[in-house]
Amino acid sequence: MSENGDKPADILTTKDVVAGYIPEVDILNGASMRAAQGEVVTIVGPNGAGKSTLIKTIFGLLTPRSGSIVYRGDEISGLRPHDITRRGLSYVPQLDNVFPTLTVEENLELGALAKGKPTERIERMYELFPRLGERRKQDAGTMSGGERQMVAMARALMPDPDVLLLDEPSAGLAPAFVDAIFEKVKEVNEAGVTIVMVEQNAVRALAMSNRGYVLDLGKDRYEGRGQDLINDPKVAELYLGGGGGRTEAQAEQAES
Amino acid sequence: MEEVAERRGARPLAFLGDSQRRARILTFAAFALILLVLIVFEGLHDVLQTSINGLSLGAIYALGAVGLTLVYGILKLVNFAQGDMLAFGGYIAYLANVTWGLPFAVAAILAMVFVALIGVVYERGLLGPMRERGAGILQLLLISIGVAFILRAIITFIWSTNFKQLDVNRTGTKEILGLSIGDTQLMVIVVGVSVLVAVGLLLRYTLLGKRMRALSDNLDLAETSGINTRQVILITWIFAGALAGLAGVMAGAITDLKPEYGFALLLPIFAAVVLGGIGDAFGALFGGLLLGVVIELSTLVIDPKWKVTIGFAVLILVLIIRPQGLLGKARTV
Repeated sequence: MSENGDKPADILTTKDVVAGYIPEVDILNGASMRAAQGEVVTIVGPNGAGKSTLIKTIFGLLTPRSGSIVYRGDEISGLRPHDITRRGLSYVPQLDNVFPTLTVEENLELGALAKGKPTERIERMYELFPRLGERRKQDAGTMSGGERQMVAMARALMPDPDVLLLDEPSAGLAPAFVDAIFEKVKEVNEAGVTIVMVEQNAVRALAMSNRGYVLDLGKDRYEGRGQDLINDPKVAELYLGGGGGRTEAQAEQAES
Repeated sequence: MEEVAERRGARPLAFLGDSQRRARILTFAAFALILLVLIVFEGLHDVLQTSINGLSLGAIYALGAVGLTLVYGILKLVNFAQGDMLAFGGYIAYLANVTWGLPFAVAAILAMVFVALIGVVYERGLLGPMRERGAGILQLLLISIGVAFILRAIITFIWSTNFKQLDVNRTGTKEILGLSIGDTQLMVIVVGVSVLVAVGLLLRYTLLGKRMRALSDNLDLAETSGINTRQVILITWIFAGALAGLAGVMAGAITDLKPEYGFALLLPIFAAVVLGGIGDAFGALFGGLLLGVVIELSTLVIDPKWKVTIGFAVLILVLIIRPQGLLGKARTV
């Protein structure tokens, strides 16, 4: 997309974001990233680097202590999550991302922002995820991990968002489902939705991304095209090789 | 009731469905057996007559219980002020019905509106801001106990501790199949059950109901899915308050008003909530009616002064066998 030299407009940018859960303890220490319209952007990094925290902060679950988050030219930090959803962003959390006592269909219905039953849009989701159509009356809590991930993605797509934020979509899934989920992410992106995702499955995710960021200790350390990051020996050695398991020495090395 | 039970029974996770169906069948079997024994020894007429008294009491428990269970489901707050909110409703009805001479139905509606308003002030003025400052379950629980005392103090200050009575016909009765049903009792049962069935249907089938259930499943996920959770929480308080107000008026219609009567009802209301499975509206209806009938039936064989004790003995027994309540699942609505 950005390979032809034209630079599409940035739809979502964060600049020097500092945020954390407990007062005085910052998890993000000035994280900056941007996503252009139609891109797939992947954020990788070791455990505890603040990847999920960055996504939660973009989505208003945390309020940045400093820095800015801009969506389509508007500052959105400090807005409540449901307002952010209404502006065209959608978020799929890593865990607990379905309403377990509600049926598949009810889960999707709640994802739609408009009043009235969004029958057409629900049918569209069943076309995208045929398995959900077969199980529309089943409680989401009784489904397998992969199926839940589909429910969560379908729910997030219900309002027809412009940007989809995915927190580790492949975490804990059986290999067959990992393929299916990445396939769907690609399909959704091809339909015009900008994707920002955090992934432990770094090589896999970077390979399908336009650009990627390596986040470490709450700050973006490397930025580059997906394939370039995979091929970068320093990035590969520090962040892609061990699959998240890192020694203290490596962490210090990354700091310097 | 049956329809809901069927839905639950038909859940695909066979083991859950089974244990639920078993619990339901066992409960009804045990209940039917006790009824049969009572009928043999005490006579059909007495048992039915007593059951009717139990149903009117149970309808009041259930009305209070649904509000409590809705709030608990979403905020995980055991609202100790529910009993005194209920009493406040009774006194507002007294003000409108006796002091101002308005018709009983109008007084009941005024009471519901006023207690709903108490719910709104309570949420927006106290609980909401406290939650935002990071108050935990315990702090909120203590606040609710404090609000209970404040409400009771206001009642005592305005209306004194003397008994008050609503202007309802307590002597009129209807004869149905040889049973005499007090007009007021009949009204309590009809109003209570129909309002609760309506609330149950609303929770199950309307978008608002689905949103409420989504909030009780996962508040953060509801918010990020685009639901204005603060608004839904407020609406939940309006429901809880209005139902508490109605329960207070209904209780005031069959007994006398005194400042502690709401708090006295709170314990059986808790029991009804727990019996039906915490967080479940239909469960609260079922738990309330069952508790009311069991308590009244016990007076046939045991000295009536023990009837509250009997109610709680049943509760303890149920909890030992089924900690999640009779209709409860591991995670409920």
